[in-house]
Amino acid sequence: MSDTLVKPSSAQPAPAAPKRRRNWLAIAATAVGLVLLVLLPVIIGTEVAYLKVAQYILIGAVGGIGLTLLVGQAGQLSLAHPFFLLVGAVSYAVLSGEAEADLVGLGLPPVIGLIGAVAVSGLLGLAFAPVAGRLRGIYLGVASLSLVFLGLWLGQSLESLTGGTSSGRTPPTFELFGFAFANSEPAPTILGVAIQKQQRLWFLFLALAVIAYLLARGAVRSRIGRAWRAVRDNEAAAAAMGVNVTRVKAGAFVVSSAYAGLAGVMTALWLDLVKPDENEFTGNYSLTVAIAFLAIVIIGGLGSVPGAVFGAVVVYGLQQFFLLGANEFGWFADAEFGGLTAVVLSAFVYGTAVVLVVLFEPGGAAAIGRRLVGRRAPAPVPAAPGGRDTPERNDDDPRA
Amino acid sequence: MTTFVQLLVNGLGKGAVYALLALGFVVIFKATEVVNFAHGSLVLVGGYLVYELKDALGWPTAAVVGVLAAALAGLLIERALLANATSADHNGLALLTIGIDVIITEEIVRRVGADIPFIGDPYDAQPIQLGAVTVFRTQAIALVVGAVLIAAFLLAFRYSSWGVAMRAQAENREAAALMGIRSSRVTATAWLVAGALAGVAVLFIATQDFSGAGLGRGTHAIALVAFPAAILGGLDSTAGAVVGGIVVGLTEALSAQYISFEFSKSAVFLVMLVVLVVRPSGLFGTKELSRV
Repeated sequence: MSDTLVKPSSAQPAPAAPKRRRNWLAIAATAVGLVLLVLLPVIIGTEVAYLKVAQYILIGAVGGIGLTLLVGQAGQLSLAHPFFLLVGAVSYAVLSGEAEADLVGLGLPPVIGLIGAVAVSGLLGLAFAPVAGRLRGIYLGVASLSLVFLGLWLGQSLESLTGGTSSGRTPPTFELFGFAFANSEPAPTILGVAIQKQQRLWFLFLALAVIAYLLARGAVRSRIGRAWRAVRDNEAAAAAMGVNVTRVKAGAFVVSSAYAGLAGVMTALWLDLVKPDENEFTGNYSLTVAIAFLAIVIIGGLGSVPGAVFGAVVVYGLQQFFLLGANEFGWFADAEFGGLTAVVLSAFVYGTAVVLVVLFEPGGAAAIGRRLVGRRAPAPVPAAPGGRDTPERNDDDPRA
Repeated sequence: MTTFVQLLVNGLGKGAVYALLALGFVVIFKATEVVNFAHGSLVLVGGYLVYELKDALGWPTAAVVGVLAAALAGLLIERALLANATSADHNGLALLTIGIDVIITEEIVRRVGADIPFIGDPYDAQPIQLGAVTVFRTQAIALVVGAVLIAAFLLAFRYSSWGVAMRAQAENREAAALMGIRSSRVTATAWLVAGALAGVAVLFIATQDFSGAGLGRGTHAIALVAFPAAILGGLDSTAGAVVGGIVVGLTEALSAQYISFEFSKSAVFLVMLVVLVVRPSGLFGTKELSRV
């Protein structure tokens, strides 16, 4: 009975970190969730439009994860995400597309094209790193905005790569070891549902998103993530601890750009089109997208990888959901809505969500989720006498 | 040569408008360290009221109402939302203004609809002929109005008790509060002034002369170009905002003529990038020191 009380003893070594207990409930829930996601095409059946919404959410999730690592973990505000999306999409089309009359295409296997597109995006991120490394906060945010304008201009000028604003170009069909992600006759079936192009793309997107998610979680938990947070919180202190600040900042930008590049490839496959924007404020690679990605990150909670996925559901999911409703069920067609379109309504929702998050829960959905699940943070490290309490950050807990 | 003089006047006129917007950023930033991403939507609020009221009230009255409305919108955003976000730091507040911007912009763009109206009735599309030189009337008037407003602002900032209070708060918030300067009032007036400047700017932006982009997303995007102006000069420098505005205006006008119209917006941002690489805090901004 006495072992319930721990005798305070100066000789006692610091208690070993409690062994991480496997939460079987959480593991089971994750497994069920994954199975549901894998079977989503079967659940949805023939309503492919719903599957397109789900695919779109995954694009937002992959891009959002990349941005949350950069903004939340490494503390670098960036509005350049649409630029790297464009780079990814165009690189994929150029690397794997066939050369046509006016278009450059290398005709490489699509897998190489996808990996290459991610690499090119990452390298361009590295090229911007010398600028990013010198700037902080809002200065960096506005400087990164220049990439969006640069992308707009390059997209319009380099028509042999992008296909130009009027027609664009068709991205090559994705293939994996001879298996084409396109319609085929006869198509394989799962539980009676034919696995055609959209179903196949869903599996591809899901696989990419899961890989992106796991890599990001790994980075956050590991030495890399600790270095990012150290630099974010105090560059001088991080340097004193032996963190190479320049390299870490550049690394965060590269990783984030690579994620955006992947999201760009997914966008190209989703739209079945690579087409640069006509102006800077509407389109798939425009300022609107930069703001939308920032909203994803804020709503999810800065720095939280699962939060970014949730943010993607709110921002990207709602928009496509409303669009779907408008197309399928004629929502917003009534006069009483007064010109309220799907895009406007979803912008209202996520705009309001951003305002509410900052006002009431700066930790975002990640903080709310943690409270709902009731998972406690690890026992706080006692503050040194007269010292500051350990700050409570939603993203410092590797289990968060 | 005549082209060059035309471009110069054109660019300076645009620069004056950008300077008005950039001053708005800087005033808010100096008072609160918050970067106001909702500036573009303040511009739209003013422009929208002018568009709605100019037929009923006549253009001059509508313009005054528009400026006042933009000022009040700024005040309202600060009082109703930012002042109540006690748990957020200034970075969080900047994110908050992004949310506000999305909502207001979407609503106004939706209300304007497919019209995309121009609101510079008395001067728009009426070029002035000065000898061999043809000058856009909008830009010429913008230059005069901008110069007057900027001079008035800088004088007030330097000599009025409001300006002294503002500079004191920018210097040291706590010390200013201890000296009896009401922080909330200084902050509120900063937003009021920034909104009014945005309301004036839109009278020139949403014209055929300025950009050919009527009131709508195009106007909002132009307001965003004032960001480089503010950043280029240094976010905490009023003189920098004026210089930045003029640099941006001239860059845009000259590159549109000599390189290409599509390139002109990118050119603005490239100039800003070059400046930032050399001077990370802008031309006149306070250098950020890190104490170890």
